[in-house]
Amino acid sequence: MTIINDLLERLFPRNESHTSRDEVKLRLQQILAQDRTDLPPDKLEALRNEILSIVSQYVELDSEGLQFSLQCNQRVTSLIANLPIRRVKHDTIVSSPTPEPQPQLGNTSITDAL
Amino acid sequence: MSRVIVITSGKGGVGKTTSTANLGMALAKRGRRVAVVDADFGLRNLDLLLGLENRVIYTAAEALAGECRLEQALVKDKRQPNLVLLPAAQNRTKDSITPDQMKKLMGVLATKFDYVFIDSPAGIEMGFRNAIAAATEAIVVTTPEIAAVRDADRVVGLLEAHTVHNTHLLINRLRPLMVAANDMMSVEDVQEILAIPLLGVIPDDERVIVSTNRGEPLVLSETPSIAGIAYDNVVRRLEGETVELLDFSVNSDSWVGRIKKFFGSK
Ligand SMILES: Nc1ncnc2c1ncn2[C@@H]1O[C@H](COP(=O)(O)OP(=O)(O)OP(=O)(O)O)[C@@H](O)[C@H]1O
Ligand SMILES: [Mg+2]
Repeated sequence: MTIINDLLERLFPRNESHTSRDEVKLRLQQILAQDRTDLPPDKLEALRNEILSIVSQYVELDSEGLQFSLQCNQRVTSLIANLPIRRVKHDTIVSSPTPEPQPQLGNTSITDAL
Repeated sequence: MSRVIVITSGKGGVGKTTSTANLGMALAKRGRRVAVVDADFGLRNLDLLLGLENRVIYTAAEALAGECRLEQALVKDKRQPNLVLLPAAQNRTKDSITPDQMKKLMGVLATKFDYVFIDSPAGIEMGFRNAIAAATEAIVVTTPEIAAVRDADRVVGLLEAHTVHNTHLLINRLRPLMVAANDMMSVEDVQEILAIPLLGVIPDDERVIVSTNRGEPLVLSETPSIAGIAYDNVVRRLEGETVELLDFSVNSDSWVGRIKKFFGSK
């Protein structure tokens, strides 16, 4: 019996176990992640779409498992993206958005840098 | 090198002025030359908590306007000659002074005192920006409550943006019994959320109110109080000592015992 009770307890934690202290911590963590990034939801959505469209030029993504979120840890906000790859696209010719810069004659800085 | 430290919080009423008065007084007691500056223009309080309200003649506003010399505006504390107060004007608004003027004024004080404490007004507008303008260090005061912690977080970000990089946390009005009952965030909870170094913890203590009634900061009192000891510890940490946090995790009876022990029990 106790094992079953234990299991039930774990699956459906009773509300009493949520102290007001737990609750306030959780609420603060959520609100501060928003406060700290200061990135409005529509901007985040646009960012997500743009990243996906670029990545999709190279690989086929598994749209089911996509994850995209902002996380805050020790005052540093990170963009966490998990983009499961279904297969690599070998066939597509990737059109680079900016044309290759033509090396200019007489421009020594390019050769210097090499 | 003198230290110019702003005491700020975002949220109002969390204990900035109380902390400024006690930290300033405790450092003066240790022989440091201290200036405490009321940057709460229009709503000055610091003179009251220090019991110096009847001695205010000129304020920072007159000093800035050239109507008096800065030294004339500084109110000396008779109980503690190492401490002076630069009062805020009561009849002018926060917009009557600019961050540049504040920098100039604090720059002069910094040449004459070991510590300059600036008591910031609540909020994050002009008064706050004036208060932080000249500071190279900040003490962010919060209580262990949701709105205060959220505002403190905002202020930590703003301080960073205004290149005040040396920021420490002071948690005020902790109630150990409520923490034990899981009805208040603990010191560790708040520190984990705000993620800045902890300078100290001041418990909620009725004696704070008694001391404001009298205009006598707790750290001056003959009879020791737990909050007074906590402020003394903060000051020792400011001075570079390693002092462990007071252990509040017990009932108040043994606080009395510990206070007695601290003072060699009379
Ligand atoms: N540790 C404490 N225990 C009990 N009461 C306290 C404590 N600290 C502060 N208080 C009380 O809280 C109130 C607000 O304190 P204080 O004026 O120092 O806050 P403040 O942050 O300067 O407020 P404001 O934002 O209005 O300038 C006062 O009544 C004070 O007595
Ligand atoms: Mg105040």
